[in-house]
Amino acid sequence: MSGHDLISEQGLRLDGRRANELRRIQCKLGVFSQPDGSAYLEQGNTKVLAAVYGPHQAAAKKSNHEEVIVNCQYSMATFSTGERKNRPRGDRKSQEMTIHLRQALSAAIKLELYPKSQIDIFIEVLQADGGNYCASINAATLALIDAGIALKEYVCACTASLANGDIPMMDISHLEEVSGGPTLTVASLPNSHRIAFMEMSQRFHLDHLPKVLKTALAGCKEVQVILDKAVREHLAHVGSAGDWQNVGK
Amino acid sequence: MTTTVNIRLASSRVNNSLMNGDTIPHLFTPGEVITTITAQQNFMRGHGTYGEDDIIKASVAGCLERVNKLISIKPLKSRYVGEVGDVVVARIIDVQQKRWKVDTNSRLDSVLLLSSVNLPGGELRRRSVEDEHMMRKYLQEGDLISAEVQSIYDDGSVSLHTRSLKYGKLSQGVLVKVFPSLVKRRKTHFHNLTCGASVILGNNGFIWIAPTVNSEVEGDGGFTQNLTEPVARPEREVITRLRNCILALANCKMMLYDTSILYAYEESMKYRIDELLHQEAIFDVAFLTQHRLRLHDE
Repeated sequence: MSGHDLISEQGLRLDGRRANELRRIQCKLGVFSQPDGSAYLEQGNTKVLAAVYGPHQAAAKKSNHEEVIVNCQYSMATFSTGERKNRPRGDRKSQEMTIHLRQALSAAIKLELYPKSQIDIFIEVLQADGGNYCASINAATLALIDAGIALKEYVCACTASLANGDIPMMDISHLEEVSGGPTLTVASLPNSHRIAFMEMSQRFHLDHLPKVLKTALAGCKEVQVILDKAVREHLAHVGSAGDWQNVGK
Repeated sequence: MTTTVNIRLASSRVNNSLMNGDTIPHLFTPGEVITTITAQQNFMRGHGTYGEDDIIKASVAGCLERVNKLISIKPLKSRYVGEVGDVVVARIIDVQQKRWKVDTNSRLDSVLLLSSVNLPGGELRRRSVEDEHMMRKYLQEGDLISAEVQSIYDDGSVSLHTRSLKYGKLSQGVLVKVFPSLVKRRKTHFHNLTCGASVILGNNGFIWIAPTVNSEVEGDGGFTQNLTEPVARPEREVITRLRNCILALANCKMMLYDTSILYAYEESMKYRIDELLHQEAIFDVAFLTQHRLRLHDE
């Protein structure tokens, strides 16, 4: 498949979306009872689980008197891709992903509030269909909020690419990823218009970069609205079951 | 021996949300602006908020609490944040010089100083070097204790004390861990329930269920552990039923206090103890309990 028919003449993509549409995002907070916070997020066919432990006392060696240590672990399930393959946690790809996740999440967490502590974030990809990094960041944000950890704001991620040489596309699926176009991954703090992380899979022509980046940032904004709605719904359910007594109404 | 295994599809999962048509207070989410005119009204930033060029923003998801000019956002779930006077159930994780390190489910490990425990026998004196050597005899790694929060250090860690006969080492019973926010702050957290067991509702989300002992005060400061005498089966059944009821309420995010636990226990009587682990039973018990609590309130 060549790059120029990623968008049909009718303006539709391979999965029937338009160029500036996200895949359907469904998410749920508080899916586990053992971790302090947890979330499950589906973005199209990409499915991710995130669990947050902490903040808890850091080991004496690693302990930092200034700010909290953020510890991430990204792993992909054996059955997550089309080809069944055992993926050990320590492989290069997951290690790189782990570092990138930590970078983006540390930008949002108010690190200085939790000295001498440690936050562990575990992310497991159950099904990979493009945009794994984005789904992981979005799920981790929800899990951090569920754990009651102070964040500056939501950190949201989205991908964008270029179709037919000049049309920017939002939220790239696996099929579009492998069919050749360059992919831009951005994690941003949408309210303050800051970028926490940015990565390109290939080179972009400088003329195209601004509009692709704009599309990705617009995607982050849209993701934030969806996440915010999910958080509010979750809070309403939990609060009303306890008659809002734990918040002193 | 045959066992019945209950496997259900994700699609036929029980929705255990006890949402009702109540009015929802205004909820804040991280990054949301709380107030923009700090300078004029001189609001003070409390927990769960942060300031960014004269604007106060929320940093956690929860409800607004306002005390005069202090604005704070309280999250619906977080690690245990200690307050002086709280009753906690905790586990010893380390024995150090003159103090024990204790896990209370809070952000940092808590400490129990040797000088803030009652010595066995209730002796009142300065703690000597011999006492330091004896520390592991009093409490060792893995022991569970009930204690009270004595003070909070600058870094937020908690100092405990057990200087009352009601606190001390716990012997036979069941520990249930729930999220700390589900335990309601009450005047008393020690309850001898009428169903025949006693419960310690730790503010830190650790709940201890034990057979009721007749409360003859022994002057030992709570260091004796009775691990030899077996607990009778009916008592054990009451304890397990209570455990399942507490887990059912916690599963449905209902507040835990003496009345809610007792109601849940009574509502659960139509189920066998092991049936209380099924989602349908959990939801039914929680729903009926909530209904009774609301009737009670009105």
